[in-house]
Amino acid sequence: MIRPDAPVLLEITGLHARVEEQQILNGVNLIVRSGEIHAVMGRNGSGKSTLSKVLAGHPAYTITEGSITYLGSDLLELAPEQRSRLGLFLGFQYPVEIPGVSNLEFLRVSTNARRAQRGEEELDTFAFEDLVRERLKVVQMDPAFLNRSVNEGFSGGEKKRNEILQMALLEPLVAILDETDSGLDIDALRIVADGVNQLAGPDNATLLITHYQRLLDLITPDYVHVMAAGRILRTGGKELALELERTGYEWVDQELANLGREPAEVL
Amino acid sequence: MPAVVMPNTADWLSQLAGVPMPARGQEDWRFTELAALQGLAPELWSGVDPFAQINLPAGISRIGADEAQGLQQQGLNSTGGGNVWSVRLNQGASPRCLALRVAGEAGPLQLHFDAGAAPGLLALQLVLVLEEGASLELLIQHGSSGPNATSFVVVAQLARGAKCNLGLLAPGDARASLLSHLSISQAPASSLQVTTAVGGWALSRLEPCIIQLEGAAQTRLRALQLVDGKELADTHSQVSFEGPDGQLDQLHKVVADGAGRSVFNGAVRVPRRAQQTNAAQLSRTLLLSERARVDTKPELEIVADDVKCAHGATISRLQQNELFYLQSRGIGAEQASRLLLRGYCEEVLRELPAAAAALNPLELLLRERL
Repeated sequence: MIRPDAPVLLEITGLHARVEEQQILNGVNLIVRSGEIHAVMGRNGSGKSTLSKVLAGHPAYTITEGSITYLGSDLLELAPEQRSRLGLFLGFQYPVEIPGVSNLEFLRVSTNARRAQRGEEELDTFAFEDLVRERLKVVQMDPAFLNRSVNEGFSGGEKKRNEILQMALLEPLVAILDETDSGLDIDALRIVADGVNQLAGPDNATLLITHYQRLLDLITPDYVHVMAAGRILRTGGKELALELERTGYEWVDQELANLGREPAEVL
Repeated sequence: MPAVVMPNTADWLSQLAGVPMPARGQEDWRFTELAALQGLAPELWSGVDPFAQINLPAGISRIGADEAQGLQQQGLNSTGGGNVWSVRLNQGASPRCLALRVAGEAGPLQLHFDAGAAPGLLALQLVLVLEEGASLELLIQHGSSGPNATSFVVVAQLARGAKCNLGLLAPGDARASLLSHLSISQAPASSLQVTTAVGGWALSRLEPCIIQLEGAAQTRLRALQLVDGKELADTHSQVSFEGPDGQLDQLHKVVADGAGRSVFNGAVRVPRRAQQTNAAQLSRTLLLSERARVDTKPELEIVADDVKCAHGATISRLQQNELFYLQSRGIGAEQASRLLLRGYCEEVLRELPAAAAALNPLELLLRERL
């Protein structure tokens, strides 16, 4: 929902970033206000996933220029765990398997870290089990997954549901979902999209990073941004996604050529 | 009982064993410094016989001394364990012996040997016979709080269809040593799991030697060894298949910190008569310090041509992607490292016999690192 007077949660200005020696982001500008759902689209290698990792504070990426302001503070000053505690959430494209660490214990420690930041009391094992069982419904997940190791042996769809479960527990202010739709069959996609829709509200914002229109059939974005060569090339409403579905990304090369840039490398 | 004081000569251990102490020139001891043993006070442990007061669950009975000796000799002959230095030392050190026969489905058994703070050498033997179709879950705990050494030899026979789940949980002391040899022979259709978790000893040496007498048995080995400070932990395992259709699933995990040293040598022998063997061995090391040293070596002798034998060895630090994933969920770097370390160990510890859970093995082994 677009409300021009809604508070700004996230403001990215002139962001340049590289990984090792490769420059990937070349001046990203984006303002996200509460209540909004943004979709970031673009081809492989356009910088979408890098943007999400930079926002979450992945140590492999170096910011060379620009700024990110989150809730009025400099996000780049914060460690990844502090960003999470303050309500920034990254749903991973490839959720990591951690053998030996119980999913339930992981979810509890994580939830309590966020609660402590908000001045709420920590939940003991019993109170947390009550909470998690209620939130499991958001993604229609089997409680048996709580007793397994984090993501270990989960199918692609189960991993993505586990990500949305974490989102449901952490109640983020800004949720960045990096290709949450990739590798999902149609039923899993619907469940995940339902979960995101249930969690989106007037006081938070969602950034969906995706290749495909099909996720946006289920979650209606307020803004669609097209990324190419490490910047946002065009911004529009949900109709822009439909247009991309029809025309593909070839116009992007033309537009980049007009700007005198190399086309994005297709990985 | 007064302590048996040995002649105070530098080579009293060699005299007990009847052969010189292993030297670094011997392949089996190439990476294993025995300095911790050389400083050992020349005394044989004289505490209360740890086997006198054991309540045996139904299905388990004691075997007489003469029969036990015969069974032990027979077991050691089949694996070749009789010539191993650690076994010879044990036999020369007036060991106390517990010999048990298991019939049917026996209740779980727990044995706890704590060498305590007394100096010297404690020698123990365990002889186990699992009759046809018998099953046993056995947890053995070792401990120490002083400058001593525990020498422990297990000889076990699994008859056809027998099932044995053997766990060895050994949190040690930085002044103490543990030498543990296991010779286990398996008849066809028997199933064996050995889970060992060892950490905190100045020197530990584990020698699981398993022989599938005619193949067609299942062997599952799980091991965790932790070294820190100047500790040295060594595992030399050996699994031999003497017939077709045998299975082995072996995972050996190491955590190496401080200036600790870890040695793993995993021998698997698959002669021509052992066709259709399916054996997998994986050695994984978590290296937490620049000064720690790890020597890991699979030793596969495969002559049969129709077999599946897989092996792998990894040495790594904490995985950055795992750390970042936890951090991105609000878990601080230090706590995330602890969680990952616990998880790494838990993969083995959760396979110890059920009785171990109440002992909190993670806490016993990791202590302040938790």
